[in-house]
Amino acid sequence: MSDSPKPFDKTQDKPAQATPLNPRRRGIIIGASDGMGAALARKLTKEGYTLALIARRKDKLDSLCMEINSSLNEIRALAYVHDVANYNEVPALLRRVVADLGGLDLVVFMAGVNFPPGLNKYNFDGDRQMIEVNVIGAMAWLNPVAEMFQNAKAGQIVGIASVAGDRGRVGNPGYNTSKAALATYLEALRNRLTRYGVNVLTVKPGFVKTEMMKAAQGATPFAITPEKAVDDIYKAMRKRRQLIYTASIWRWIMLIIQHVPSVIFRRMSF
Amino acid sequence: MQKNFTQLENFGHSLSAPSYLIQANIPEEIHEVFQLAKKMGITVTARGAGRSYNDAALNGGGIMLDMSGMNSITRWDKASGLVTAQPGATLEQLWQKVEPDGWWPPVVSGTMMTTLGGCLSANIHGKNNFKMGPIGEHVVEFTAVLPTGAEITCSPKKNADLFHAMISGLGMLGIFTSVTMQMKRIYSGLLSVDAFPVRNLHEHLASLLDGAPNHDYIVGWLDTIAAGNSLGRGQIHATRYLHEGEDPNPRETMKVKNQVLPPYVFGVFPKSILHYFMAPFVNNLGWWGVNTAKYIASLRKHTFRQSHAAFHFLLDYVPDWELSAGRGGLIQYQSFIPKETAEAAWTEMLKLSHKNRLPAYLGVTKRHRPDKFLLTHAVDGFSFAMDFKVTDRRREKLSAMLQEFDRIVIESGGRLYFAKNSETTAETALRFYGKETLDKFRKLKKRCDPNNLLESDLYRRVFGR
Repeated sequence: MSDSPKPFDKTQDKPAQATPLNPRRRGIIIGASDGMGAALARKLTKEGYTLALIARRKDKLDSLCMEINSSLNEIRALAYVHDVANYNEVPALLRRVVADLGGLDLVVFMAGVNFPPGLNKYNFDGDRQMIEVNVIGAMAWLNPVAEMFQNAKAGQIVGIASVAGDRGRVGNPGYNTSKAALATYLEALRNRLTRYGVNVLTVKPGFVKTEMMKAAQGATPFAITPEKAVDDIYKAMRKRRQLIYTASIWRWIMLIIQHVPSVIFRRMSF
Repeated sequence: MQKNFTQLENFGHSLSAPSYLIQANIPEEIHEVFQLAKKMGITVTARGAGRSYNDAALNGGGIMLDMSGMNSITRWDKASGLVTAQPGATLEQLWQKVEPDGWWPPVVSGTMMTTLGGCLSANIHGKNNFKMGPIGEHVVEFTAVLPTGAEITCSPKKNADLFHAMISGLGMLGIFTSVTMQMKRIYSGLLSVDAFPVRNLHEHLASLLDGAPNHDYIVGWLDTIAAGNSLGRGQIHATRYLHEGEDPNPRETMKVKNQVLPPYVFGVFPKSILHYFMAPFVNNLGWWGVNTAKYIASLRKHTFRQSHAAFHFLLDYVPDWELSAGRGGLIQYQSFIPKETAEAAWTEMLKLSHKNRLPAYLGVTKRHRPDKFLLTHAVDGFSFAMDFKVTDRRREKLSAMLQEFDRIVIESGGRLYFAKNSETTAETALRFYGKETLDKFRKLKKRCDPNNLLESDLYRRVFGR
């Protein structure tokens, strides 16, 4: 009743209930602890979302939640420690998260790993982990989410694929494969779910200045900050778009690259 | 048991939340649902007709126990007027069952779509609250399943503490499985209605106060847009039952077919599409026109006879009328204020709504008296219900204004009502219920539901997690 807002209570661990005049959009970000995931968490909470942040690293997750909740002076981010490769944990964790949030409007699958084997080298362990996290992890999460959204006839799924999935290249076959598989999986979900009023957005980033970019060999043209990337993602979410490249110039670059004939492409070292 | 993840809305379409929807058909299934909830680590809320304006029948991410299938009237004794029904039975089923035999439910809401379980949980009142109290005062006995698994029977004498807490308990102590109620004898299917205008709020409240003792029902329509000297003007409908002999042919007037609301407006427009035509008027200018026209029409003082159904179930005249508020839906703010402070409080609230250019689109007043139920909303005074349309542009301003309203209500010694109000915070609820009442409720909650299996969005909002 007082004019000044109540001081933020760090011990209170649940977000406030939605009311008609203070509606809350609720989302999950899987792979939220740093890079684009953390940037998107900051952006979406600022735009009014209440989020469940899921990642492996507890310390990073906790400090991110603390930062968001303190800056907005209310509980808007909840932390859940989970390794995407532990598929069996997903159904129970998803149920708990939805109950804690009081609903679900958005799921962003952001988790991704990249183990470049090095040119002309092969690394099965790395390839396997990339498939396990980037593809099977996405399926473990997005299958039950898709079923929920299909039944609820509402919702939005955002998947982070990559320009790397648009063509198989010499540098990192496993990563290319994982991102191509994810993009195809997202497309299939879109074709299943659009008729139920569910939006599926595929995001294909080029180079984004994160930890992962440090793994990239060679030049990193058109690299953007994670903040710029999440601005693009948020705009696309609001317009309920199907597919975006970020930075947007990659749409044209990839259009050309996709049309390079194999006879030339297989001779390139790119 | 089939469970579907389903997006559910409140009656005003102003909130929605997804839940695992499970239908209960027999009391044993309620047990099973509690077991399932415990296993899944989520909570349960019962839902009847989903007619609450707020989040009483929403449970985001939890189980929604759909009780609308348990809707039989299991026993009707037309000699004594005692009726026993399952909680999913609606008031519509109830009055249609008892009226042809010369009885009427002693307390009904403004819509007949509500279920008995919902009516008891909110402890609803009618336009006769000053005389008949809330619906709970006419319950002879009920049975319920508690989350502990216990099946209990409560009456004003037996398990009296639970009787007075589960009725008004917002469904948070247990789930009703059967309700026995005493109906009221009537001698005609018609009521005699005195309609007369009142020129301002003072006259409005004085008319409710003076009219109540001589009538069986009293209700006011308040022109929420009139300002200045006309602030609070409106029309009173003071109504009484017909005595034995006043209606020459009661058998005929009590037939259900003679109670039914007309399906057409002006004899031509099918009502089912009317809400589309209302929508263009649901804005400040349009509603000023509607209110003014209605007030001018109400200036003629007259007495007429009207069927029970037509008098009570005004909200059912236009099906889906709530859709006319548009995409953002509508909310209702109903405050109950003691008769000594009501005039000043509502003058301030009406003025605030005019100043903010956020007038209510519908205003309804009633006369009330206190009751003995634990989470009672009644006071010795009046209630004033205001409907507001929600739009994205209005949200923030409306929210701030309702916070102000809450302050005024609390400072006037008033209360709020959880079948209606959707914005009340835990702090506000604590102030009007008082700590003692809430502690008592929490103690009962602990006894009936030690694992907190019963929780609704309303419960988490008002009573905390």
